[in-house]
Amino acid sequence: MNFLTRKALYSRALYGGIWAAPLPIWLTVFFLGPIILLVLLSFWNVKSFVLTPDFQFGNWVKILSANYFWISYFRTIAFASAAAIIVTLVALPCSLAISFFFSDKGRITLLSLFVIPFFTSYLVRIYSWQIYLTENGIISQLLGFFTIPFDSLLNTPFALILGFVTLTFPIVIVIQSISMLSIDKTLIDAAYNLGCNSRRVFHVVVLPAAKPGIVIGALFAFIFCFGDFVTPTYLGGGKYTTLSILIADTVKSGQQWPRAAVIAIMMIFTLLLVALSSIAFAYRKK
Amino acid sequence: MSLKEDLTRRKFIKYGAIAAGTLAMPSLALSKTPTELTMLSWYGQAEPDAVQEFEALHNVKIKQKYYVGGEQMLALLAQSPPGTYDLIHADAEYVQQLRRAGFLEKLDAQDYSFDDYFPEFQNFPLHWHENELYAVLSRFGFLGISHNLDAVSVKEASTYKVLWDERLKNKVGHFDWHLPNLGALSLHNGNAAPFDLDEQAWQALQAKAISLKPQIRGFYDYGGILSSLKSGEVTVMPGIGEWITGVLRRDGANVVTTIPEEGGLQFTESFSIGKGSEKAELARKFIQYISSPAGQFKQATLNVFPAIIPSKKGWQKMVDERPEDAKHLGISFKPGSSMDMIREGRIHIRQLPKQQSLEDWNDFWSEYKSS
Repeated sequence: MNFLTRKALYSRALYGGIWAAPLPIWLTVFFLGPIILLVLLSFWNVKSFVLTPDFQFGNWVKILSANYFWISYFRTIAFASAAAIIVTLVALPCSLAISFFFSDKGRITLLSLFVIPFFTSYLVRIYSWQIYLTENGIISQLLGFFTIPFDSLLNTPFALILGFVTLTFPIVIVIQSISMLSIDKTLIDAAYNLGCNSRRVFHVVVLPAAKPGIVIGALFAFIFCFGDFVTPTYLGGGKYTTLSILIADTVKSGQQWPRAAVIAIMMIFTLLLVALSSIAFAYRKK
Repeated sequence: MSLKEDLTRRKFIKYGAIAAGTLAMPSLALSKTPTELTMLSWYGQAEPDAVQEFEALHNVKIKQKYYVGGEQMLALLAQSPPGTYDLIHADAEYVQQLRRAGFLEKLDAQDYSFDDYFPEFQNFPLHWHENELYAVLSRFGFLGISHNLDAVSVKEASTYKVLWDERLKNKVGHFDWHLPNLGALSLHNGNAAPFDLDEQAWQALQAKAISLKPQIRGFYDYGGILSSLKSGEVTVMPGIGEWITGVLRRDGANVVTTIPEEGGLQFTESFSIGKGSEKAELARKFIQYISSPAGQFKQATLNVFPAIIPSKKGWQKMVDERPEDAKHLGISFKPGSSMDMIREGRIHIRQLPKQQSLEDWNDFWSEYKSS
């Protein structure tokens, strides 16, 4: 290899490197760095309400041996899983309709409509649910009109799931739709030509081909719900302590940032585990 | 025309005066710039309705930093250099912690209008240490059972037993802080000193709290308490008081606070001068203003929430000028006033736990919420 060729190769690698650099830099500064700090913080101490650098396992022992931590942990997983499953099932027919039964123009209009909720703050959207769900709210008054007795739905598991659906439904629809739109339509035609009915086409062609999108959509829903603070606080009334509420409580009581860091690390670890296994499942060949 | 001819003595004096005046302008303007006084406090204490009069009187601008809990206040102070805050507004239970941590200047009791205060508050124990004063009481309030009169009568709310009433299942709310809630339940358990519990009394209190959980609708912050009581989502709440129901009544809600027969708690707010304050003299003037009859009247009627005041002269002003508010606060010179309740021994000062650590109470509260 002569000098000029080698120089051209180096310059090409440099060019590519410069274009690729922002992502690793971003991840190092805003993900890896904070994670390292969080892990270090979990070994620190709090003396007279002040964070003190230390290396002790007291915070880990305290949190992992606390009954209330595990109750909140499994409750959060249960709520996030339930919300992910419900959102996925509700979004699936909508995504199918958007992908296969609408014209290009209609599809773009509908997908754009699903983006509109993001124009309003999530907190405002959740607060507005209170007006519907509370004792003297809209639902109560509507049912009262038909003399149907109604007890408030606020601070119930239903309200929590409703909040989570509000949070994740649009994003799941978009992910599922993109996945279904990328399915090779000739495969569907071929299935019909070979005598499959619509149900079989859905099970044998559409569902397996859209599986990565469906699983990734559910994963996104799980991730958002798992770490959400707003819905458990304002629609759950703080009655169902989730891990995000527990973190806030831990910081409030005694400024225990190190113990809150332990809870946060457990959350990140759980999310990584769920994300990796979901991705493995989504792209598994058989 | 020569310079000598042009610059006469009269002109020299005239232009000289203009030049001197122009040069002096910035410092003249500067002298009108208000002095900044920093305050660390609960929300509302540095709002215009609370400080505007003092600011105008002394050409001061109060710069506030609000906190949302005593422990956050301690953390903020611990992380700030001495002298960051000229004034510190705190609940009585935290004053001794502030003193121990060296965050407070000693005060001279002679500087303040203690003679106007009711005798019970002239030497308020939580503000003194070894005959040295560290805080001046600004206002206080009682915590009992706050309830919606459409659902729970005053008679029903005269005992904490009402919280377990089957009719109120899923209608009982909690302010999300262990101290007033567990204090109220401790009174219900018959503890004469609700925060000084031996192991047996502490276990009994935990069992009592757990038995209440099926009745609980939710755990709320300040905004949540207001909206849940107003909407009827919650009809009864232990451990809160007129600081909530007073605000809601202004808005037309049919809610009151009743002090049950088992007793109620007292929260107590105070002002101190921060250690190392470079404007201690001005801070002293502010506390003098707060303890004066005019300042006390303001403290009783703050927009953030109304409260009882320790000054007899302040009481007189309330009775004369705000009789309806005075009535709800128990500010009256007739029998049955809030001072009478204190004298009858029905009111217990909210304190930090004596025999357990704060962490024990925090842990139990987390356990209770998760159960």
